[in-house]
Amino acid sequence: MKKVAFKILRFDSERDPQPHWENYEVELEPTDRVLDGIEAIKGRLDGTLALRRSCAHGICGSDAMIINGKNRLACKVLVKSLKQPITIEPMRGFKVLKDLIVDMEPFFAKYRAVTPYLVEKEPRPEKERLQSPQERERFDDTTKCILCGACTTSCPSFWSDPDYVGPAAIVQAHRFLFDSRDQGKEERLKVMNDKEGVWRCRTVFNCVEACPRGINVTRAIGEVKQAIAKGKV
Amino acid sequence: MAVHQFDGIIVGAGGAGLMAALQASKGAKIAVLSKLYPTRSHTGTAQGGIGAALGNMEPDKWEWHMFDTVKGGDYLVDQEAAEIMCREAVETVYELEHMGLPFSRTPEGKIAQRPFGGHTKEFGKAPVKRACYAADRTGHMILQTVYQQCIKQGVTFFNEFHVVELLMSNGAACGVVAVEIATGELHTFHSKAVMFATGGSGRMYKITSNALTLTGDGMATIYRAGLPLQDMEFFQFHPTGIYKMGILITEAARGEGGILRNGKGERFMERYAPTLKDLAPRDMVSRAITMEIREGRGIGGKDYVHLDLTHLDAKVIHDKLPDITDFVETYMGIDPVKEMVPIQPTAHYAMGGIPTNSSAQVIKDEKATPVPGLYAAGECACVSVHGANRLGTNSLVDIIVFGRRGGKGLGEFVKTAVLQPLPADPQVKTKARMAKLFDGSGSESVEAIRRDLQAEMMDKAGVYRVEAELKKMLEILAGLKSRYQSVKLQDRGKKFNMELLEAFELEHLLQLSEVTVTGALARQESRGAHTREDFPKRDDAKFLKHTLAYNEGGKVALRYKPVSITRFQPQERKY
Repeated sequence: MKKVAFKILRFDSERDPQPHWENYEVELEPTDRVLDGIEAIKGRLDGTLALRRSCAHGICGSDAMIINGKNRLACKVLVKSLKQPITIEPMRGFKVLKDLIVDMEPFFAKYRAVTPYLVEKEPRPEKERLQSPQERERFDDTTKCILCGACTTSCPSFWSDPDYVGPAAIVQAHRFLFDSRDQGKEERLKVMNDKEGVWRCRTVFNCVEACPRGINVTRAIGEVKQAIAKGKV
Repeated sequence: MAVHQFDGIIVGAGGAGLMAALQASKGAKIAVLSKLYPTRSHTGTAQGGIGAALGNMEPDKWEWHMFDTVKGGDYLVDQEAAEIMCREAVETVYELEHMGLPFSRTPEGKIAQRPFGGHTKEFGKAPVKRACYAADRTGHMILQTVYQQCIKQGVTFFNEFHVVELLMSNGAACGVVAVEIATGELHTFHSKAVMFATGGSGRMYKITSNALTLTGDGMATIYRAGLPLQDMEFFQFHPTGIYKMGILITEAARGEGGILRNGKGERFMERYAPTLKDLAPRDMVSRAITMEIREGRGIGGKDYVHLDLTHLDAKVIHDKLPDITDFVETYMGIDPVKEMVPIQPTAHYAMGGIPTNSSAQVIKDEKATPVPGLYAAGECACVSVHGANRLGTNSLVDIIVFGRRGGKGLGEFVKTAVLQPLPADPQVKTKARMAKLFDGSGSESVEAIRRDLQAEMMDKAGVYRVEAELKKMLEILAGLKSRYQSVKLQDRGKKFNMELLEAFELEHLLQLSEVTVTGALARQESRGAHTREDFPKRDDAKFLKHTLAYNEGGKVALRYKPVSITRFQPQERKY
């Protein structure tokens, strides 16, 4: 067990006029996650600290936040890999509701806007539809998305234009655009071609670095841009 | 006081809740309430596959799947329900594919399948490829796909609403009380029917694969309402959790050829299960690991063994097990292609839960009398298709099949049912619970009590159990419950008061732990995941029956319910 120093940006509109930094020290194992540190602070030092978290191993997408200046999932970074004090802030670009909790509703509204489901125009067969391993591979990368928001909130185009649909929603659109079974490509490409669609992307690559699932987000966005240019996928 | 009126309320937005919502909301006004955003639900962490006898790789039959399920559950499975599950698994997997689930594919383009623990051909002859998968993120794909369909269908969600009370009148369900987490306000939901699909309770144990939020809220809420819980003493420990962290390493790692090795490098499962070896059911493998460790054959004499994937082709590991490769690299700094992975059994799955019939209706006694308007599905329910030990992949089958059946049944029920009146002051109990936590005079913290609970349960009610330890655990639980009375919250605010939620969750865990230990103490036999060192044999004469635990004035009262046996008579369980 070793003492680890944290510096957390706190804000509670019921209590605080302004966000402010608080310092904490907790005993942790070197193999502990940043999330273990935050949970220890919340449990032992300050029960008012608020964050979202659930699975604690990088699948549920609840605990995206800024850790030492970078968008990360708190459950996927080990304490020992970070310089101290470990600074923790809420994701940028969404309204902070309390401490590390931001309003995700605008994020999910954009998700819903890209028709995030398989569009079927023909009757379902009795058994499975056939899809070759190569066709399946075509959209594998973007099926990994856990909707954590790390990519969108790391994107300078999104910071300057909150109406930009953002990388996460484009990843979702890509997942269906390149699925051989989907029959809703035209409608989806229209949304992507909107002025708040893919063309707001300036290929800064922050999203690629931020994605905790290792999705090559910028490549996916590029593929959607090409599909619009060609008028087909 | 905010009152919302719906035909039906579904509590929980994992695979079971969402599948139910898709069915029920076709013809009725339905709301789904979850303490999380739906896509955060724990279904998303399921890895290896969903079992269904599609026969895409080799001949398979649903009867074989049913036999494996019954035998895997050590004959405590209700066979009528298991038959429904294994038959309907086939059509529901096709339905998931139709919804867009991106399954991995065979060269001919069919859904790919792989072997999994306890799944066999011809009634136990050899492993069979039955688990339909999408790499090692099958649960993620199921959750995403079913949520996508809910978006398409315009299902109504109340996200981050924590349900803490079930409302009943005239013996029927009539709604729930929930805390809106964002504001701290209480809401009453008034409805003709309620379904619980709230998942498991693994957080009663220290080492667990379960999410921090898996605190058995639905089960405990039912129990507090005076209804029974079934077979709670059966808790599955998954053999391969990442050492010290409990994070799940899918059984598919062994399905793809992975081997367990002890400190001497031996493939010890050959001694415990000569036919299926490393693909024996989870209860047997977890016992074998625990035994190897106890006898000094852990790695370096410590409390873990190795999962060896180093003999597998690197391409197989990267293509078929990408997520667990990532976990092992992230949390242990190990490349599983080159190094063996330290693992230990991790608390994984509650076989027990809210008793239901095969239409997902909650039942209230040993005669299986249904409670009008009350449903449960998924891990929080006990149908019982898992009996004393669940087979890998069958949790996903369970949530999809019985979520769907429950949703259909609920949708039909509300068409003709009348809306029962609300109790006079529906929020009175919840307000009293909250007032006590805010105004208490004590100095106890939620975190300290929870930490002690988890460590003691791991130690005394884990893979192996014995009378003296279980009795000691009941004394410890009495102490922890008394300490809980002195909890005082630091957070006095209303908005996102996570400390308040964790206090509710802790109360749920304490109640469920007591039910688990009481049931375990009374069950003087070893069956499936419940292993008594002082009663090492299965005792069908005395215990081929389901436990029902009732809350009688704060004490656990046990009753028993018969098991449905249709096709397969109990036999000795060997693999």
